Amino acid sequence: MHKKEIIAGLLAALFLAFFLSPFASSFPDGLERVAEDKGFLEKGEGVLTFPSPVPDYTFPNQSNKGLATSMAGLTGTLIVFGLGYGLATFLKKKEPR
Amino acid sequence: MHIPDGFLSTNVWVGLWVISAGFLSFCVQKTRQILKDKMVPLMGVVSAFIFAAQMLNFPVAGGTSGHLLGGVLAAVLVGPWAGAIVIACVLTVQSLIFQDGGLTALGANIFNMSIVGTIGGYFIYRIITKLIRKDKGVLIGTAVAAWISVVIASSACALELALSKTSPLNLVLPAMAGVHSLIGIGEMLITLLVIGFVLKVRPDLIYKYA
Repeated sequence: MHKKEIIAGLLAALFLAFFLSPFASSFPDGLERVAEDKGFLEKGEGVLTFPSPVPDYTFPNQSNKGLATSMAGLTGTLIVFGLGYGLATFLKKKEPR
Repeated sequence: MHIPDGFLSTNVWVGLWVISAGFLSFCVQKTRQILKDKMVPLMGVVSAFIFAAQMLNFPVAGGTSGHLLGGVLAAVLVGPWAGAIVIACVLTVQSLIFQDGGLTALGANIFNMSIVGTIGGYFIYRIITKLIRKDKGVLIGTAVAAWISVVIASSACALELALSKTSPLNLVLPAMAGVHSLIGIGEMLITLLVIGFVLKVRPDLIYKYA
């Protein structure tokens, strides 16, 4: 991949995460829907094992909910990009010169 | 279908952590053998795209939503082993930073989406690309595998819920597979759109293609 393509790809992901995430459907997802219908949703309540810094993709202490979600999307996309790129660099095959 | 903490019994989530850790270390070994220089940035971009797309829930029937899983998308581009690692990375960040999927349930979520969905999905993709040659095979394989990957991942999830005695199998399996067969249509369309685009502009980025 050329540098331009990498940047374009990352920008496309950042665009989706920043501009579209506030408009995502807030309906329960497939598993939540089934948990609700079959009556086991409450099993997941109050059993948190780890305090996440940005719960539900919304930065806390931010009054503008849309922006709080957009910022979470931006942050997460950058972290995952770095993680994927970094891990791949670490794992890559040493090519003979 | 990110399982939160509390849905799975201890023996089930511990067992799936062990299985997933073993599978991922196998994926790491395989990836070390095949990962080429040109795939390094691709792995970053694919990870970023899948994370972003997973935030974009689309509505399906009956007040329910779904989002891309991305397992087949990743596997068609970077192969099944690196693809499974990509999905596992996304799931880990989602769980630790965004509270999407529990930490105890992370092993189960990795098992369902990065092993069953991604590697299982790729297996179906490979069968189809062997039967149907060239671009047509890649596109049909992508579409079919993307849909099936969501259904089998959600079925694995249902099986775990039943093993945990959270919900009886005869109720939870048809419910999970049913709603995810609808969500799978979204998975199929998004994956097909992206792979179709890559096939047009950079066919060499398709894993082992050409």
